[in-house]
Amino acid sequence: MASIIEISGLTKIYASGFQALKGVDLTIEEGEIFALLGPNGAGKTTLISIICGNVNPSGGTVTVAGHDIVRDYRGSRSAIGLVPQELSTDAFEKVIDTVRFSRGLFGKPRNDALIEKILRDLSLWDKRNAKILELSGGMKRRVMIAKALSHEPRVLFLDEPTAGVDVELRRDMWSLVRQLRETGVTIILTTHYIEEAEEMADRVGVIDKGGLLLVEEKATLMKKLGKKTLTVHLSAPLAALPPELAEWEVALKGDGHEIEYIFDSQADRTGISTLLRRLGDLGIGYKDLDTRQSSLEDIFVSLVHQEKAA
Amino acid sequence: MSGFNVNAVKAIYRFELARFGRTLMTGLAVPVITTSLYFVVFGGAIGSRMTQVDGIPYAAFIVPGLIMLSMFTESIFNASFGIYMPKFTGTIYELLSAPVSATETVIAYVGAAATKSMTVGLIIFATAHLFVDVPVAHPVAMLVFMALIAISFCLFGFILGIWAQSFEQLQIIPLLVIMPMTFLGGAFYSIHMLAEPWRTITLFNPVVYLISGFRWTFFGQGDVAIHFSLMFIAGMLAICIAIIGWMFRTGYRLKK
Repeated sequence: MASIIEISGLTKIYASGFQALKGVDLTIEEGEIFALLGPNGAGKTTLISIICGNVNPSGGTVTVAGHDIVRDYRGSRSAIGLVPQELSTDAFEKVIDTVRFSRGLFGKPRNDALIEKILRDLSLWDKRNAKILELSGGMKRRVMIAKALSHEPRVLFLDEPTAGVDVELRRDMWSLVRQLRETGVTIILTTHYIEEAEEMADRVGVIDKGGLLLVEEKATLMKKLGKKTLTVHLSAPLAALPPELAEWEVALKGDGHEIEYIFDSQADRTGISTLLRRLGDLGIGYKDLDTRQSSLEDIFVSLVHQEKAA
Repeated sequence: MSGFNVNAVKAIYRFELARFGRTLMTGLAVPVITTSLYFVVFGGAIGSRMTQVDGIPYAAFIVPGLIMLSMFTESIFNASFGIYMPKFTGTIYELLSAPVSATETVIAYVGAAATKSMTVGLIIFATAHLFVDVPVAHPVAMLVFMALIAISFCLFGFILGIWAQSFEQLQIIPLLVIMPMTFLGGAFYSIHMLAEPWRTITLFNPVVYLISGFRWTFFGQGDVAIHFSLMFIAGMLAICIAIIGWMFRTGYRLKK
């Protein structure tokens, strides 16, 4: 796959002296869904804003579809559609007018058939003549997506696309993102909902305090860092964990009805069989066992914690 | 894509005119009513006592000043609002992320505001004819002068809109600076009517040169020579363009 965005040594220091980005290097492949994951204030929005032209970089370079974002901003920006985090719309404009406006702003000639298709895909066609202020928050977000898609971008940035959005719209959004990918659009989304990255992304980048901690295929990441949790459902509740179990990473859960054991599924010795044997030796009976793959959330939390500890 | 983003200029220009269109009735009624009021007060009540200024009937004499007064405020308000509102609502993100150059942005916003300002000026000019006979010595020069005034004050308004960080700041310059300067700049009198030292002091008021120049296009005479007025407008255009150029280069209050 060819790369569509190349970021190298990107830094940003705001006028206040705050360093939002500390030398970010990242390559985005054409056609992928890339999730940029990080806590609030990690630098996600700054990174996107620089690529799109809303914030001036302090150092480093970015090219989009081969065009430098500073020297050849027309080329880079023409390739990008941006849906920012904040709901910012022109209250008194009609839906269809504001989408047409966006297409014009990006230098494209009027194309009513395309605008109709976009509005239909986003379930906005019935509302095309409504003023934006009459729409609900979810509808407004759809309008912003329609505006971003109006000029047929090759790359779509979705900054926190499902923050404060109801479940239905979130599912719609996810299926829309998949549809777009089918048509070859590269999608970069930021989120602090791990669920979202897990659901949609091909690759995940974790950013914290202005630096990329890692960039990995989602599947690899989950496998590599994936720990599993074994839950032992006890026949009778325990008041406390016997000291004989101290050599395993175990915890007593569910009012003493469950023992939870976190283990590395990639390790040669998971410790499960010895743990179960020990339980038997101690006369602790159990009626069921189950294991669960850690979610990206667990991985993320442990990464950010490691970073803090370091 | 290179060259000039015509579609973007058209899109912004249309958007701005649509914004004016939403308040079309007030936009047109206000200048007509204000002009009529000025004629009742200055033309009727006062004008009946002081029949002529520099050999021109007083009611006709104030017409250029009236047009300028409205055009100054209209230009500043419309152009500053045009760029301030997207900053205020956050929709500026789209402009900043679009393949649009500073020149295209300015042409579109200032062009739209100047169009409205010219329209208002012409409406006042037409309304004045209901009250008084207004001769125009140099019609083409009058239109060119109006256009130049509209453009330079819209550029100034555009700067104000980028600079302003609150609605109060947006209003303060037109109300506290431009309005007094216009009233003291000979909108309703000839500076020859002033006694020294006020006459000399008034020559430091830039608006004197603008109103005087505009009056020249009507009556073939003004308080100062026409080429001073033209030099003045040229200077104002150059300064505004330089400031806007700097604002876009540095991203002043537009980009972080």
